[in-house]
Amino acid sequence: MQRVAVIVFPGSNCDAETIAAARQAGSDAYRVWHRDTDLQRPDVVILPGGFSYGDYLRAGAIARFSPVMAAVTEHARAGGAVLGICNGFQILCEAGLLPGGLMRNVRLRFLSRLVRVRVEATDTPFTCGYEPGAVLELPIAHGEGRYVVDARRAAELEAGGRVVWRYAGENPNGSTNAIAGVSSPGRNVVGIMPHPERRNAPVLGGEDGARVFLSMEARYATQHAVDLRAVGDRHLRV
Amino acid sequence: MPRATLLDPQGEAVERALHALGFGEVGRVRMGKHLVLDVKAGSREEALARAREMCDRLLANPVIEDYDLAVEGGTA
Repeated sequence: MQRVAVIVFPGSNCDAETIAAARQAGSDAYRVWHRDTDLQRPDVVILPGGFSYGDYLRAGAIARFSPVMAAVTEHARAGGAVLGICNGFQILCEAGLLPGGLMRNVRLRFLSRLVRVRVEATDTPFTCGYEPGAVLELPIAHGEGRYVVDARRAAELEAGGRVVWRYAGENPNGSTNAIAGVSSPGRNVVGIMPHPERRNAPVLGGEDGARVFLSMEARYATQHAVDLRAVGDRHLRV
Repeated sequence: MPRATLLDPQGEAVERALHALGFGEVGRVRMGKHLVLDVKAGSREEALARAREMCDRLLANPVIEDYDLAVEGGTA
């Protein structure tokens, strides 16, 4: 069982779903308040979605200076797994733990709907349970989701296999190369703009996001505590 | 200010609105933020240096934004 620390900033609003999704996958998930400096020995740290500090200045710009972020950075630098979802992705970019930045959607509207994303890299702790190229249906809910990197860095990310998810079909927010999620060079720090935690059970309309949480649990388990086939027969990996 | 090489959809929306109102002389519009800081400093140079540090650490994100600084006033 993985210990999963879900960081709560003032304005985080996806922490409950994220904890529920991690627990559903068999993890021991718990909250850590942003003013705490002790992560309580986690295996995985997740920065959930929301609007930390009201997105003032820039999304994630103020949260990155929260006291807890020194410990998150230390965990990441030591090779620990870190996942940033939506606002969490924005915070990881602002903190320099992931390259690039997130800007206003190209058509300026807040987007809250389902999109299709393709799994481009399965060598991360959060995608190792997917088949390469699997196309997932996941919700997005963001006003500043346009992932931006310069051309040189984008080429680096592509060549290095660090584009983890890419919007399939349409590019809803105008992201560079339709990038929906990226990883650090060591693959341990991962950011994703869509919300896998909102799509992990049939009652939520689909379960394409479940394997993000099952992947992190399965990857570290000495014995596979969770049978990936149990979540459905799509993206089967045995 | 969004970096010059990056798409600025807000600026483009304002540009189109200005053209629609008949201000055809307007070229490109870029839209950013304007922050006004009251700073205690011994000199204008010191204020500028401190403000630059603030921009680099927090106020601007060099990945997506450029910034300009100006010092005004100077009251005791």
